[in-house]
Amino acid sequence: MKELSLNILDVAENSVKAGASLTQILLTEQDGTLTLEIVDDGCGMDEDVVRSVIDPFYTTRTTRKVGMGIPLLKLACEQTGGSLAISSVTEEADPVAHGTHVTATFDMNHIDFTPLGDVSSTVLTLIQGHPDRDFMFRHRLQGRDVELDTRELREVLEDVPLNSYDVMEWIRGNLQEQYEELSDRDTRDGED
Amino acid sequence: MKSLAELQAIKNKMKDKVVLRDGMEGMRVVVGMATCGIAAGARPVLNAFVEGVNKEGLEDKVSVTQTGCIGICQYEPVVEVFEAGKEKVTYVKMTPEKAQEVIEKHLKGGKVVNEYTIGAVSA
Repeated sequence: MKELSLNILDVAENSVKAGASLTQILLTEQDGTLTLEIVDDGCGMDEDVVRSVIDPFYTTRTTRKVGMGIPLLKLACEQTGGSLAISSVTEEADPVAHGTHVTATFDMNHIDFTPLGDVSSTVLTLIQGHPDRDFMFRHRLQGRDVELDTRELREVLEDVPLNSYDVMEWIRGNLQEQYEELSDRDTRDGED
Repeated sequence: MKSLAELQAIKNKMKDKVVLRDGMEGMRVVVGMATCGIAAGARPVLNAFVEGVNKEGLEDKVSVTQTGCIGICQYEPVVEVFEAGKEKVTYVKMTPEKAQEVIEKHLKGGKVVNEYTIGAVSA
């Protein structure tokens, strides 16, 4: 993948496929380390499946026998000296608190760090394809947050779909403004 | 700032449109968004369709949706166009530029862009 944001899109699509009603995408950048967490409340996986999902020759897909999503994310973090962990609780094991939690860490200063790329576009693509699901996105940069929660938007929109073009343009603009505000503040801080 | 008040205004404007859209028998553009598609560049292709369809005022006639792996990963990004009463058209190795052409000629003009279909590539 050319951008980490594409790995994020790919792995978050798995959460949707696992029936998640809420998928959280949490990015934390602190002192040269990027931590990515994808947390869902989907059907979860048992231990055997978790172990084999990291193996490229394991997939639940029926069209082909090879699944590459998690292995590609694992490669992307491990090539920077980081690591990937998956914990999961199946619906059978816990009918209430089930789901999957993927955590990947990256050394952002490593020469093999794949740039994060356009994360806003990833969030928008998820919303466009799955307007009936909820997504919580939070990008924490040195303690400051860029945030978007479709549950809050849904309260305002009621029965208007989240993937209406005007709504998506609002989301794109909202995220862009939040990012600009952060970089403006960084510039001001630098001048002080 | 893109405020919630602004979102509220969008909602009020959209409400009537939603009703209008229901019951429309139109075209369906489906973009493959599994690992293979994403890695090959499906995200900007999907974006081009979403934006182009809106820009051309086709949003009441054409819906743009996503799907998983179609099974022809070597031809990704793959885009399928469905229309009632017509055979499915499969576009392969798509780019945002090719998407623009498909929007103008096929979605708007009703003429399949044969050179980008799977038949033209595998023949």
